[in-house]
Order: sequence, then structure tokens, then C-alpha cells
Amino acid sequence: MKLIDVGDVIGMSENVNTNKKYSVLPFGPQHPVLPEPIHLKFIVDEEKIIDVLPNLGYVHRGIERGCELNDYKRNIWLTERICGICNYIHGATYCAAIEKITDTEVPVRAKYLRTIWGELGRLQSHLLWLGLFADAIGFESLFMQIWRDREIVLTLNEKTNGHRIHLATNMIGGARKDIDDSLENEYKKDLNLLRKKMDALKPVFYKDSAIKQKCEGKGILSKNKARFLGATGPTIRGSGLKEDARLTGYEAYGQLDFKPVVYEGEDSYSRMLVRFDEVLQSIDLIEKAFDQMPEGPILNKNDKFPMGHTVIRTEQPRGEVFYYVEGNGTNKLTRCKIRTPTASNIPALINMLIGYEVSDIPTIVHSIDPCISCTERIVYVRRNE
Amino acid sequence: MPKMLKEVIKNLLSPPATVNYPFVKPTPVPGTRGALNWDMSRCDQCQDCERVCPSVAIKVYPEEKKIEYQPFKCLFCYLCIENCMQQAISGSDIVAEPAYTKIVKVFKTET
Repeated sequence: MKLIDVGDVIGMSENVNTNKKYSVLPFGPQHPVLPEPIHLKFIVDEEKIIDVLPNLGYVHRGIERGCELNDYKRNIWLTERICGICNYIHGATYCAAIEKITDTEVPVRAKYLRTIWGELGRLQSHLLWLGLFADAIGFESLFMQIWRDREIVLTLNEKTNGHRIHLATNMIGGARKDIDDSLENEYKKDLNLLRKKMDALKPVFYKDSAIKQKCEGKGILSKNKARFLGATGPTIRGSGLKEDARLTGYEAYGQLDFKPVVYEGEDSYSRMLVRFDEVLQSIDLIEKAFDQMPEGPILNKNDKFPMGHTVIRTEQPRGEVFYYVEGNGTNKLTRCKIRTPTASNIPALINMLIGYEVSDIPTIVHSIDPCISCTERIVYVRRNE
Repeated sequence: MPKMLKEVIKNLLSPPATVNYPFVKPTPVPGTRGALNWDMSRCDQCQDCERVCPSVAIKVYPEEKKIEYQPFKCLFCYLCIENCMQQAISGSDIVAEPAYTKIVKVFKTET
């Protein structure tokens, strides 16, 4: 720990007394709680957090520039590598953007397939997070239980596409693979099994006193603050706001009678419950999609080069992802701007942390489900430098 | 914790969920995308695989009738298999063969 003059740096908190000297507690970039490197400087007054200064850029990979140098068709695989966990939705969003520019009609069956795989991605992401969260608050047995149940989803991925995480089934104009009847039955059987396992764990998340004591009332983000700071995904839905990109009805969500999960608690506990309920909701959505999915082609090939620009947004497990894609009629794009959900959630995270104690940091940092490698595209500029 | 007790007792009486890896190898799921192989008697060096490869892991030398494949660059997306008109490329169950260096596999037509 070292003492710094807080007047040198910009803070979001009004509590900072610029005439006083505070201690600085470094958190990360390598820390057991963090799955990925982010450096947070906590300005603390004894145990109380006065301000937080985020420092990003440890895993910057230049993917946006890579998208401009690559052939636009190869970008599908590059965008899938922005995030390991939400890889499918990144690829599908990129494909949807190119389809919008080139006026490609996607077959209805392909839209349903995208919805199913997108929801499977959400399932495995939320299960991974619930496990990591249980681990962060010191609940080891729950962590192992959830990760064991997550294997069901990963095996389903492998049966369909050959890989556990990277599905690689995105294609401009549809999907590369289909789900046949025997596989559909396996999906239904395995998802039923997963639902039973999640139902058995429901009382643990809803009633366990250890979890409640660790999370209830920690990291409060009020409705107004959540909207003002641009929070997305379960972070904003945990604050009681009905915000979900799936409500726009992209892919097949319009036909699935989708209603977002919203909790009014505004704290880490409600954000956790939003994610737990979304696991059950995703299972329902996949089953509904299977019931409604029509027969037909899955790919409508269109080799037209993208000319023009578009904006597209979809819902990822962590929140809303935004793509701006611009092409000039050649096989290379002129711009591909990507904003991932964690980028929008970091200001909210900083606001949540202020006023709490050092021991609450793991719970609150985990409650936004930080995915740092996806976010490494933004720069925080200090005012007086 | 008491809410978890029922599950903990269930787990205690059930077999382990994991396999003892180096001694027991898990059976790969049918359709697993693994390392690639070229049948050079079928390959006509058309370079389609090189053109579609998203990670530039394949290099074809038509004059020497040689293919260089880098498994550590490969994404195992199987686009090359789908696009090969001669059906010269085949996949396998082995996802990643371990190696000490980033190896380059060379497939050459025997003359």
C-alpha cells in the first residue's frame, strides 16, 4: 500500500476529500477472484472504499483492426474469438450484420437454430458464472455441483457441432449444421435432466443463509443510476428495469413469447437470482423453439460483398452487444466497431463498489459477470493528463 | 449449507463424475472435430482449402505437390473438409496432439 494524493486523479465519488491522503489498494491484474486480468485501484479509508480507478488494457488483441484486414467471411471465426463463453452470439451477430447490409434472407429454420444455440450459450455461461460466484463467496460444494451439471450442456454442444465451446456453426445466410430428429430428442431429454438438477438446487440459491448474508444488500445499484450509467443485461434487470435486446424480437425471439426476468432488489443477490432464473427460462425457450421450428432449408448463400453500413444489437449472457459494420463493396470491411456488455457495465461496477468494505469486493466484482478480454477495446482517459 | 446437504449425500453415494484421465481415456463423442489428414492420392492441389481457411493454417505448394498444415494454428472449423471437391481431407477424433514445438505437418505426393 502507498499513500497518494487523490486530487491527481479523477474519481466518480463525491466522498473524496481532495485535501486528505488515502491508501491505495491494488486489486489485480492477477488475482484469485478474477478469471481475467483487470486492474482496479481501490482508494480506501481504512476498510471503506472511497473510490475505484479501473485500469484496462492487459489483454488487448486488436480484433477490430483484424476485422478490417481480414476477408469479411473469415471475420465470422475472428469475431467468435472475441469471447470464449459468448462466442456463438458474437458470430451470429456479425453474420446478422452482414446479412442486413447485403439484403440476405435467412431461412426460418436457421433463425430458430440460431436462437437454440444462442440460448445454449447463455445456459453454459450462466452455469459457469453461478459456479464461479459460489466459488468467490467460498461455497465450494455448490461450485462443483453446478460445474458438473454444466457438462450436460457442453456435451450437447459437442454432439451437435463437434466442439464443447466453439460451435463454429455460423455462416452468412444461415447455419452450417442442422439438428435432426434423434438429436432433437437427446436435446429434450438432456435439458429435462438439467431442469431437474437446477430445481434441486433452487432452494440453495433462494433460501441459503450463507449466500444471503454474503450478497443481500451488497453492491446496490439503484434504478436511476443503472439507467444513467448505461448498465446492461442481468445487471440492469437486477435493478428492476425491463431492458433486454431480445424484446426487439430478432432471430426467433419474436415468436417465442419472451418475457425478461426482472428482480427489484438492486443488489448482488437479485443479480444472481436473475441469472439463476434465466437458466430455467433458457431451457423453456429452447423447448419452445424446438416445438415451433419448421422444416426447410438452413442456408441461403449470398456472395455479394457488403456495401453500406449497419448497426445491430443482440442480447448476450452478460448484456447487450452492439456491432457497427461498414463495407465499401470490396471483400474487406472498412470498419467493424464492437461494444461488449462488460464495457457498459464497468461504470456501474465502479459505482456499486463505492461505500462498501474491502471484504465485499469479490462478491460485487463478480456480480456483473466481468468478461475482460471481450472489453479490451475501450480507453479511460484521465482528465488532467 | 443445510439446503445443500441432500445433494451432498446423493453425491457421496453416486460414482464420480470425472474420469481418471491419463489411465482412463474418455471416449470421444461421435462427430468430434479433431486433427486433419490429407489423402494425397486424391488431392489435385486446387488450393480451395488454403483459400477458405480462416486462420491461414494450410499452405499448398502446387508445383511441389506438397501441403503444409499447422495444427496449432488450426481452428478445427472443418471448412476445408466441406469445400474440398476431391474429398481428400478427413478429420479424426484426436482434438490436439501434444507437442514440444509448434509443429508443421507436411503431406507430399509420392512420385
